[in-house]
Amino acid sequence: MAAPVALHLEFGGGAELLFSGQKEHHVTLPSQSEPWDMKQLLVWIQRNLLKERPELFVQGDSVRPGILVLINDADWELMGKLDYQLQDKDNVVFISTLHGG
Amino acid sequence: MAQEVCSLKAQLEEREKEISALKNKLAQLEKKGHGSELKLQNKVEPLSPLSGKPALSNQDIMRYSRQLLLPELGVKGQLNLSKTSVLVVGCGGLGCPLAQYLAAAGIGRLGLLDYDEVELSNLHRQVLHGEENQGQAKALSAAESVQRLNSTVECIPYHLQLTPENALQLIQQYDIVADCSDNVPTRYLVNDACVLSGTPLVSASALRMEGQLTVYNYKGGPCYRCLYPVPPPPETVTNCSDGGVLGVVPGLMGCFQALEVIKIASGQGSSCSQQLLMLDAQDLRFRSIRLRPKQAGCAVCGENPSVTRLIDYEAFCGSAAADKCRKLHLLSNNQRITVQEYKSIVDNSSPHILLDVRPLVEVEICNLPFSLNIPLSSLEDRRSEDIQLLQERVSQLKQQMAGDSQPAVYVLCKQGNDSQKAVQVLEKMSGSEVDSIAVKDICGGLVAWAMKIDPTFPQY
Ligand SMILES: [Zn+2]
Repeated sequence: MAAPVALHLEFGGGAELLFSGQKEHHVTLPSQSEPWDMKQLLVWIQRNLLKERPELFVQGDSVRPGILVLINDADWELMGKLDYQLQDKDNVVFISTLHGG
Repeated sequence: MAQEVCSLKAQLEEREKEISALKNKLAQLEKKGHGSELKLQNKVEPLSPLSGKPALSNQDIMRYSRQLLLPELGVKGQLNLSKTSVLVVGCGGLGCPLAQYLAAAGIGRLGLLDYDEVELSNLHRQVLHGEENQGQAKALSAAESVQRLNSTVECIPYHLQLTPENALQLIQQYDIVADCSDNVPTRYLVNDACVLSGTPLVSASALRMEGQLTVYNYKGGPCYRCLYPVPPPPETVTNCSDGGVLGVVPGLMGCFQALEVIKIASGQGSSCSQQLLMLDAQDLRFRSIRLRPKQAGCAVCGENPSVTRLIDYEAFCGSAAADKCRKLHLLSNNQRITVQEYKSIVDNSSPHILLDVRPLVEVEICNLPFSLNIPLSSLEDRRSEDIQLLQERVSQLKQQMAGDSQPAVYVLCKQGNDSQKAVQVLEKMSGSEVDSIAVKDICGGLVAWAMKIDPTFPQY
């Protein structure tokens, strides 16, 4: 069994508006047989934090185009993306890209 | 002897006066040749090569003395600035402070591009434009302002929309491009033109209380498409006229853009390639993120690019290349009424509910009397207090009405997009979550009301 994982989730660039405007969330993923990865985290977020309009946040099994995912202040592309195995106390940020000027 | 000395001194003084008068005349002529004669360009034309200064004049030394003292810049950096041309795409909240600092620092040539005219609602953030510039081309207003600040900078105002047809020709004439635009298609267009012409791109954006900055296509780093290979769905994109923006936020981001442009132009180099700087102005927090490197599979800068010339970016993004409101068409004609029709409903005192679905912050700016406010988001989330409130009003209305006709609900928002979405939600709720109602959208919203019915009604 993998132990529970405590995470610091952040939403910004407008993505927080899908979570009642709350930018920071401290969450604990329950213990499960397999280690938690990003793919499972997205499903967990959909079920537990995101109540309405999931299409504004996810598309297929990933985030929708225009949202940048950062794991511990690095682009998730550098960290294995959906396959990244989450560690206790990881910081995961979802940033919606801004276009205004 | 003494007499001869005196006479020579007098002659010398005379000549010196002549020399100084000639110098003044020359300086004035040079000044005229440079600035003051701003010609607004409506199309892209070839530019003469930018020569830059061979050496700093006494005037230059005095003007730039405080930055010349920096070992990071020095005389060499200052001369490099004078040899560099920068194209500013968008003379708005980002472009204004950016152009201002580039001109003040002594950049050689400044292309200022904007298709739009100055409006009153721009002035809180687009700080190069003044009240007297309303209605004037933003590019010209910005250029005049910048020219007042530093007449030795060559300014070229472009009053045109950047398109796939003109972008490459324009961008390849400049050394550095700053993306200060306000929409997704333009961001992809500018990126691709910069990749195709090998031009570094200093890109910033701002909305509400947040800002982002990255340098693309610079020293082997990633491009915009490496990061965002697929454009966002249009319905997820918010612009400043819908979402709002605090003026100082693009102001800060435009200053950061100026900083990176100056570092690249002077030869110090930017530290923002493959980095994303994010500003959360609410918490006053900066964050610098390490981004992915240039992607081998990138459609434009990758190893086998599929984009080898500029494409139709509005079609690619599914949205227009302007920060103007998109008009949704979600409903059929019999689900909508005009503001004139609604006016006669009010004049006839026909019983109905006027439902304003804008967020509270907008209702506080202005509203029509007797309207019931339930924001679209509350309807979509089926917020129980709001559904209950609506049901109460529907019941009251039913009691007032004779017979068993359906109570009428007219839905209103700012410009008639959210109200259409609300009509769709309410039609689903009608007969189940609330009593059966007849819902109609008021076409064009409060903007149409202010334009066609009540000119004294505020616009925002
Ligand atoms: Zn690329």
